[in-house]
Amino acid sequence: MSEAPAAPRPGSADATTARPVDQLDLLLTPPTPRSGWRVPAARAWAMCLVELQKLRHDRTELYTRAVQPALWLLIFGETFTRIHAIPTPGVPYLDYLAPGIIAQSAMFIAIFYGIMIIWERDAGVLTKLLVTPTPRAALITGKAFAAGVKSVIQAVVVVVLAAILGVSLTWNPLKLLGVVVAVILGSAFFSCLSMSIAGIVLTRDRLMGIGQAITMPLFFASNALYPVAVMPGWLQVLSRINPLSYEVDALRGLLLGTHAHLLLDFGVLLVAALAGITAASSLLGRLAR
Amino acid sequence: MSDEERPRADANADVGAGVNGNAGGGANANENAGGGANGNPTGAETEAGADPGSLTPTGADAATPTAADATRTGATRTGATPAERPATPAERPAPGSPDAVVCAGLSYVFGETRAVDRVDLRVGAGEVFGLLGPNGAGKTTVIRCMTTLLPVPSGKVTVFGHDAAKEAMAVRRLLGYVPQQLSADGGLTGRENVTLFARVFDVSRKERAARVQQALEAVDLLESADRLAKTYSGGMVRRLELAQALVSAPRLLMLDEPTIGLDPIARTSVWEHIDAVRRATGMTVLVTTHYMDEADQYCDRVALMHRGRIRALGTPGELKADLRERRADDSEPTLEDVFRDVAGSGLGDEGGDFRSVRSTRRTATRVG
Ligand SMILES: Nc1ncnc2c1ncn2[C@@H]1O[C@H](COP(=O)(O)OP(=O)(O)OP(=O)(O)O)[C@@H](O)[C@H]1O
Ligand SMILES: [Mg+2]
Repeated sequence: MSEAPAAPRPGSADATTARPVDQLDLLLTPPTPRSGWRVPAARAWAMCLVELQKLRHDRTELYTRAVQPALWLLIFGETFTRIHAIPTPGVPYLDYLAPGIIAQSAMFIAIFYGIMIIWERDAGVLTKLLVTPTPRAALITGKAFAAGVKSVIQAVVVVVLAAILGVSLTWNPLKLLGVVVAVILGSAFFSCLSMSIAGIVLTRDRLMGIGQAITMPLFFASNALYPVAVMPGWLQVLSRINPLSYEVDALRGLLLGTHAHLLLDFGVLLVAALAGITAASSLLGRLAR
Repeated sequence: MSDEERPRADANADVGAGVNGNAGGGANANENAGGGANGNPTGAETEAGADPGSLTPTGADAATPTAADATRTGATRTGATPAERPATPAERPAPGSPDAVVCAGLSYVFGETRAVDRVDLRVGAGEVFGLLGPNGAGKTTVIRCMTTLLPVPSGKVTVFGHDAAKEAMAVRRLLGYVPQQLSADGGLTGRENVTLFARVFDVSRKERAARVQQALEAVDLLESADRLAKTYSGGMVRRLELAQALVSAPRLLMLDEPTIGLDPIARTSVWEHIDAVRRATGMTVLVTTHYMDEADQYCDRVALMHRGRIRALGTPGELKADLRERRADDSEPTLEDVFRDVAGSGLGDEGGDFRSVRSTRRTATRVG
């Protein structure tokens, strides 16, 4: 989260004087523009790389972000496994919970990542990116994928945690690839959701409030903690329109081998991600003003 | 009209620019000139305006549309040599090349605030053009319209012949932009900051590292290139931003107050790097600043802006000479005096730190 502009330190000692520049030959020719689908692909890769580089420089976020899911699994999971309060046919509650916590922590990261676009705007970093040959949709796609990359790293941490706690997860590489795709699509949607809200409310404080207000309801109104069957009717409706539920369903199906509607899940996640990208790109212009 | 005639700097003299020199003229006449500039930014007027800093020397009455039209059609005239600075080959654009920026009748309104009010501006290819003015004059808003960050609600902005409203992507490819605030990504190293911009400008993989290296070298940041940018000083961040802008080989460098908040030494350092790079590449530089001494020293031409309008335009020498003539005393006016004259003595509550730069500017006074 080191998005703050590089703060000038007091007492600058910039006593350098410019020598005549002679090694500039490469800076005389403009690069050849990419075209078509390569533009969003290259931009998405560039943004993902930035996130990876930042994580390499500062790993504290990785550790602090692991605390919450660890608590959910350790305390909530272990306790509820013991008291059998939530009926989870076929699997222990802790196993049932683990995919839910993966999806939840990925969602938290994605929503916070979207909120950061306001920081970037205020710091001028976004402004500069908007003056590069990057279509708005490509910029948002890049951000969405970068959020996905962060979420996947987070998911790996939670999967390892769950494995340590004795949850029997699949190690089938194809299924794990499916998990990665589901997490990326889900995070793309949630980061676009918060970037869209950013484009509407425009200020940091309001967005922080809204971000905080929506994360928990999204979590509770999903099948992450308990099966849809035990919910009251109105909550079932909310859960059905909540993309998090489809992400969790896919993760459960892939990781635990429980019955899941994988085709529907991935379809919904894909449509949600595309809709999110469309909405966020059309609202991005408001952040430029 | 002869070239020996003393240029009237504050009037609507530069036809290509067609600037609303409001100091002497009425708004109506200016609008007319703006409409003319609107017509064909790459065509006939480039011939008269091809020479950078060619402030066409005309009489004081040149602000009338007829005089303007006469000059524009009289394309056989060669552009006048700039009063002070003979153009070096790098500064002289290829014949027939379009102007770097043409701004015609640009207005921008924020709610109640008329941030930009019918601004007409022409920046010739290869020149260093300074947009000066106190806080709130509308400089940043003009720049943001040119960079496609803001829409162009009324008027027309073209960058090397590309309409900023319709061909945003083409315009952005030609630009290197450094915004007013210090804005390097503190979580990345200097090199990674520059590499990001190489990537988003489609620099090919095999060229990328070398290009980034050259950009960093051009701003003297090689030693600190692999430190996190959050450990940089203000002046270093500015130079890093310059490297980010340079890595894509822009034809037009847009710098919004590149030296704001820097100490005098860092300011000089930033300017010398800008100057050195421009000499080496011949790119056009559009810069805004509050610091009149910097403008005097480094800009080929300047426009003085106040409350959304352009009040005077010309080379620093012309503006000073013009003021000296009107004052009719022996004292040598500085560019700051010109500014006070144009913007009115009382700058009001928006005056900001204008006064505070006075002491620093004395040291850098150049021959007027
Ligand atoms: N986003 C905005 N919303 C509302 N008003 C704005 C906005 N941006 C600028 N303004 C107003 O527009 C006017 C011009 O602002 P601008 O930032 O262009 O001035 P400036 O010449 O760059 O000033 P400075 O030297 O302080 O940077 C000011 O009165 C300012 O208050
Ligand atoms: Mg400004």
